[in-house]
Amino acid sequence: MAAVQLERVRKVYGGKHIAVVDATFAVADAEFVVLVGPSGCGKSTLLRIIAGLESPTSGTVRIGSRIVNDVAPKDRDIAMVFQSYALYPHMTVAENLSFSLKLRGQSRAEIERRVRASAEVLGLTELLQRRPRQLSGGQRQRVALGRALVRDPEVFLLDEPLSNLDAKLRLGVRTEIAKLHRRLGATMIYVTHDQIEAMTLGQRIVVLNGGEIQQIDAPMKVYERPANLFVAGFIGSPAMNFLRGRLVQQDGLHLELGFTRLHLAECGATGPDLASLVGAEVIAGLRPEDLRLGAAGGALVRQPRLSAVLELIEPVGNEAFLNARAGDTELMLRVPPHGLPAPGDAVTLTFSPDRLHLFDPQTGRRFEHL
Amino acid sequence: MSTSGARALLHALLLGAAAITLFPLLWMLSVSFMAGGEASAFPPPLLPGHATLANYRQLFGQQNIGRYLTNSLWLAALTTLLSLLFNSLAGYAFAKLHFRGREPILRVLLAALVIPSQVAMLPLFLLMKWLGLVNTYAAVVVPAMAGIFGVFLVRQYALTIPDELLEAARIDGASELRIFTSIVLPALRPILVTLAVFTFLGSWNDFMWPLIVLTDQDLYTLPIALATLSREHVQDYELMMAGAVLTVLPVLVLFLALQRYYIRGILMGSVKG
Repeated sequence: MAAVQLERVRKVYGGKHIAVVDATFAVADAEFVVLVGPSGCGKSTLLRIIAGLESPTSGTVRIGSRIVNDVAPKDRDIAMVFQSYALYPHMTVAENLSFSLKLRGQSRAEIERRVRASAEVLGLTELLQRRPRQLSGGQRQRVALGRALVRDPEVFLLDEPLSNLDAKLRLGVRTEIAKLHRRLGATMIYVTHDQIEAMTLGQRIVVLNGGEIQQIDAPMKVYERPANLFVAGFIGSPAMNFLRGRLVQQDGLHLELGFTRLHLAECGATGPDLASLVGAEVIAGLRPEDLRLGAAGGALVRQPRLSAVLELIEPVGNEAFLNARAGDTELMLRVPPHGLPAPGDAVTLTFSPDRLHLFDPQTGRRFEHL
Repeated sequence: MSTSGARALLHALLLGAAAITLFPLLWMLSVSFMAGGEASAFPPPLLPGHATLANYRQLFGQQNIGRYLTNSLWLAALTTLLSLLFNSLAGYAFAKLHFRGREPILRVLLAALVIPSQVAMLPLFLLMKWLGLVNTYAAVVVPAMAGIFGVFLVRQYALTIPDELLEAARIDGASELRIFTSIVLPALRPILVTLAVFTFLGSWNDFMWPLIVLTDQDLYTLPIALATLSREHVQDYELMMAGAVLTVLPVLVLFLALQRYYIRGILMGSVKG
């Protein structure tokens, strides 16, 4: 296994379209890193650059201790799983698995052994003599994984491997990939637009937008402390609620939202740094699960309160999504599905001030004060 | 009119059209078994009075038709094989490989498609003469080794091969040639069968070009031999028809055997775009 390092990797198409802007990050040996972002954010391009299917316009790519910019894909000791699986249609599963080994001049016995072993791991033993078109989507996906597995490569590259599967299968294969990673201890770089996949699979995730890396961190860190407005809105479903306002100091620290004023200091959660932002325009972010329906009395009294009107209730079984409107702002809440008020009811929403994320409306960057 | 009535009428029309199409071919076969002069009677008989193989015997015995049949067969086979090789290589390259000038070259080729082959015959003949190939088989085979139509047909089909398939092979460690033979050729098979039938038929039926470049009678192909025969034996319809049967039969058999692929190949372009 090997580490992968990218240093100021830039990709420009046709001298105009910039697909990747100076990407710098390192994937440690045996680490599982997920590149996530909306379509067209450059994540697949980055993966293809690591694979050697595209060459960077500038910057260096290192696999292990070697700079591989000018090394052909087949000599990089990587294996790639494609979104479309890209199985060779006229070959049986066994032939698909053994193709790369044959090309590398492995002995027949060795090929046989490795194909058997990989088929075993992925439950393909029964299917070895079938052709791809005789397989279901999930089986094809496993063959695609198997084709990477037999190679025993330094690095696995996976390009949206689950996006052609239906929701139920996706969950199963996702778990399988996670187990596979633990079992092999292999370096894996995984591209997806699905933030759930990113959160569940990645030891670290790299969030990309418009060709630029937005944040690199462990999934929960990214979730808890999104570096900017894009990451805050992209990671998490339903998305984070945003409220535009201004911090004011008047009988304690308040967040002035126009239609109401929230007292942030009520539970004493203000850090000394927050004071320096007084007077600044901010965008406040609140996760749907951090907003609660307020009850009268109790400890909640000391928390900031928002008056809102409940507009829509979407129960999904284990929880419910509430659409509420506070002033001119739409808010989404994620709450337990029982004992809910009816649409049209006036409700009080509370939250703990330490769950509040504050962003600079100009740069989009997070204020690291809360 | 009821649906079944409409269907019956449609079938009747189709049967009628089939009969009109088939009749000359069947009569050709029938006349080839007639004795000399029998077909010249009025009204012409449908079936031979006494079926005889005399015409075929004469063709193979005195007219040396076996030689021409062999010439035609191997010329058509060689042309087909070579043109499949070059057309598939070029068509694949135009569809999937990136090289400088790919689009301009393709545009020029497509524009050249409108030039009738007859226009090219004189310069082509001079070229063959300059190469010293006139009156050799090479003069027939070389100009047919690659064709714009074939290249274009293969290119259109090759465009439907997913890039990821080729990239997967590249990562698996295949050389470009290996990718072509192991991945691309199998994927192109339907269109190659179609192209093979086209090319074989074209080469087999070609009359004009072999007539121009082949002067030695031993090198003649079947269509030229047949034309020569008809000049020498103007009145001998029965012999002519036997020669025609020998000319038509191999390609008819080939076409019938491959028509499944052939028609699929033609339709494929329309569906897959």
